[in-house]
Amino acid sequence: MVEEFRLDTEPTRDSDRRAELMLGALVCLVVVLLLGMFAFVLYQAWPSFSHNGLSWFGSRGNVDSQIQAIFNSGTSLGHEVYAFHGWPLIWGTALVVGGAVTIAFVCSLFVAVFIVEFAPDALCRVLEPVVRLLASVPSVIYGLVGVFVLVPLIGNHLITQGSKASVQGIITLNGYSLLAGVAILTVMVAPVMVAIFSDGLRAVPRGWIEASLGLGINKWRTVWKIGVRTARPAIVAGTVLATARALGEAVMLSMVCGVVSFAPNPADGWIFFVEPTRPLASTIIAFIDDLSTPPMRHTLYAIAAVLLLSAALLSFGGWAAKQPMKRYGART
Amino acid sequence: MSLLELPVSQPGPRAPRAAQSPPWRLIDRIGLAVAWLLGLLFCALAGALVLYFLVQGIKYVRPSLFLTNPSPGFTATATGGFLDPMLGTMLVSAIAMAIALPIGIGVAVWLSEYGRPAALARVAESTIEMIAGTPSIVLALFGILLFESPALGFLSRSSEGVVFGRSFFAAGAMLSLVALPLVVSNVREGLEAIPDHVREASYALGKTKFATTRRVLLPAARPSVLTGAMLGAGRVIGDTAIIVVLLGATLTFDRSGSVPLLSTLRGTGSTLTYYVFYNAPTGEGNQPTKAYAAAFVLLMIVLALNVGVDIATRRSRRLRWSS
Amino acid sequence: MEFLTPPPVRRLTGEESVTEPLGPTRGLPAPPGNGNGNGNGNGSAPASPLVGGRRRIASTPLAIDRMQAEALSVAYGRKPAVDSVSLPIRQGEVLALIGPSGCGKTTLLRSLNRLTELNKDVSQSGRITLDEVDIATLDPTALRRRVTMVFQQPNPFPMSVFDNVAYVLREQAARRPKRAALRGAVRDALARAGLLDELGDDLDHPALRLSGGQQQRLCIARALAADPEVLLLDEPCSALDPQSTQVIEDLIVRLREDVAVVIVTHNLQQAYRVADYVAFMYLGRLVEYGTARQLFRTPREQRTREYVRGEFG
Repeated sequence: MVEEFRLDTEPTRDSDRRAELMLGALVCLVVVLLLGMFAFVLYQAWPSFSHNGLSWFGSRGNVDSQIQAIFNSGTSLGHEVYAFHGWPLIWGTALVVGGAVTIAFVCSLFVAVFIVEFAPDALCRVLEPVVRLLASVPSVIYGLVGVFVLVPLIGNHLITQGSKASVQGIITLNGYSLLAGVAILTVMVAPVMVAIFSDGLRAVPRGWIEASLGLGINKWRTVWKIGVRTARPAIVAGTVLATARALGEAVMLSMVCGVVSFAPNPADGWIFFVEPTRPLASTIIAFIDDLSTPPMRHTLYAIAAVLLLSAALLSFGGWAAKQPMKRYGART
Repeated sequence: MSLLELPVSQPGPRAPRAAQSPPWRLIDRIGLAVAWLLGLLFCALAGALVLYFLVQGIKYVRPSLFLTNPSPGFTATATGGFLDPMLGTMLVSAIAMAIALPIGIGVAVWLSEYGRPAALARVAESTIEMIAGTPSIVLALFGILLFESPALGFLSRSSEGVVFGRSFFAAGAMLSLVALPLVVSNVREGLEAIPDHVREASYALGKTKFATTRRVLLPAARPSVLTGAMLGAGRVIGDTAIIVVLLGATLTFDRSGSVPLLSTLRGTGSTLTYYVFYNAPTGEGNQPTKAYAAAFVLLMIVLALNVGVDIATRRSRRLRWSS
Repeated sequence: MEFLTPPPVRRLTGEESVTEPLGPTRGLPAPPGNGNGNGNGNGSAPASPLVGGRRRIASTPLAIDRMQAEALSVAYGRKPAVDSVSLPIRQGEVLALIGPSGCGKTTLLRSLNRLTELNKDVSQSGRITLDEVDIATLDPTALRRRVTMVFQQPNPFPMSVFDNVAYVLREQAARRPKRAALRGAVRDALARAGLLDELGDDLDHPALRLSGGQQQRLCIARALAADPEVLLLDEPCSALDPQSTQVIEDLIVRLREDVAVVIVTHNLQQAYRVADYVAFMYLGRLVEYGTARQLFRTPREQRTREYVRGEFG
């Protein structure tokens, strides 16, 4: 008789387990696909690395002509050429991304502090949605601003005839330059950083700010020593995100940096800033149509692999930077 | 020491303070001044950018642009409008979100509600984060690998046994990877914000975990789902690298085959972002007026999405869970 | 409403009160031996100072005028929070502000070091003087160095214990002092707050991992490190257990020679234990001001009598 009253729990547990397995399988599938993708990119990149060894990262000769040679060797039926020395590309990327992120970091920190603590209310209310809008604007639009405003500005006002003459034969200085790239990348990356930094600053418990003020520390020092210090994890996260976006920026930089894979030379003095360059991602875009030949493909995938590894290193660096902050903090 | 034995002392004048800095030191004042300066400069820059595009857009946007297709030519009138690119933008984001939303919600639900074995959860989280940090050009290259393989040849045009590999399917699929991390993180945040007593109440009524998730949790997390979807859509709409590589770079729809919708999806085309890129001085078309007009339309779309995200987050803030 | 101030020089008579029972004040432990954690080893006394009696035993002959509130009114927007209150605050005595919730005592406390200015829509009339100088004319930061505050919720910074206390010393010093130079001052502040024994040498302990009572004492040590002239305490023990409360009350009593102490409290027994002078506020007005003994035993106003008897609150 007891059996009549037994609640039938079996189907319930079954359907739950089924759901869990299905979802788990979905997650597994996604993970396997994505990891497989990374592995595949590295696999396709390997021939280029194996042919060049460490000199892949070195500097020997003109990158553009090397790429041309690689492409030509692929189309003709002869011996395949893989010789590639990508230092100018790496140097260009480092300069553009490093310069933009550094300038944007300093400016964004001050701007975020301003917005959260010192700006008048009306200005705050207008500024917040504007910052979020700017952070989500497609990068081509920033590229457009760069091409229409910055490049002519630099070309016409910052480059003199003398400097053009001094590098004639090697490169042409016409405004498509390192400076334009750094400037427009800074403008693109700054709103992202400002948004994340100000979120982090706003999350600082009010009690700590009040405690510091109540001890007779002025507001600037309070915000800096307590607020910014507490928001350090958010600052690290924002910087990592911004750098990742800057690294991957292909189209916009190809619009403003020029069409030559040149490594700007600091020894050139002021001309250094207006020399053209081509970061890694833009190089891929520039030669994407020639993907069909195997040596080209391996070379381009090798460049992509370098980008991928930099992004991974960046992520890891961000994680490592957050570790010491956990000791004294309430949360990360 | 007993309080009874405390020495009695008379409150006296205080000892003079040690040398102290003034409450506002010079460096503090400088810092504050720099913050104000940079803040106002940022406002000015933001205002200038917005105004620049507003002005240029209004100057060059015409209704005819929305209705005509791009055509080869050299003058502004001959090159037509951006009807197909605009439709292309919507089509490609629809495909991308149609893939990213269900998968993203599924992954987020698994991570937040199940999450066993823990190793798989950690790996899944790290992978999603890696995708978030991967440059879209790398995703585009992988897309080429994937869609040029004969196995997936049906998703794009092929001729003489060589799979072209570039189509709306291809671009949409890779763009879904761009949107996926945003969907996952937002939905997960929304689900984790729901306090446990809601779940316990549902289990106490005899509902399975799956039914609880479907009927109680996901509807409650709807603002987060919307936010994730809109943020994802925003990034999808704004991406150019994947479009340039995987969409075949034909300005108008170039259908492949004869089945109505499928032929468009298998064919190539362009989006507004590609149209802007094409018409910039560095692109092949070089029609600045068209570029400005298309950029303006893009900005309006992004603005609308942002307003949508704002409304969704405001609604989610109203749903305050009392604990 | 009468304006009640005692004459400027007066004597607090010494202690009648070690063994005196408390009387009809609500909720007090009547039987002896009820004191929890009677940790100060006063076995030699005829009766435990904790039981039913006031703690303080020493007489403080003279109290020095430090601050004076004169007809102070504070309003948030249109709602008045404090209505024409005048009070003296003296070094050498502990002033307790008591009253039911919403009577304005916290607002009054916060206006003493101009923390009310953090709120955007606050308006104030009347004046507050510190050593005869109107505090509105002082720089708020300089004022807050002399009048520091401890809040209801312990809020130590996310740093080590040493850094928490040294924070004030580092920021206020003319030249950034070295760690060795600060060590003495930090240990001194911790000792005054009664925290040094418990921590010993582990001054690098993360402050957020301390217990609630320890965190509050750390906040008091931090406030003391600023060498203030007036210490404001906003219900410092309301979030703490009785053991920590007792330690902090002892601390407050010991501080009063060097620092004028103003404590806001909900707890009438606590007010009776630690305060020399008590101000009872109701709906923003100062209803009665007098010595603790007088206010609790023989309150003059009807309202005070009702509150002290527990008829409302």
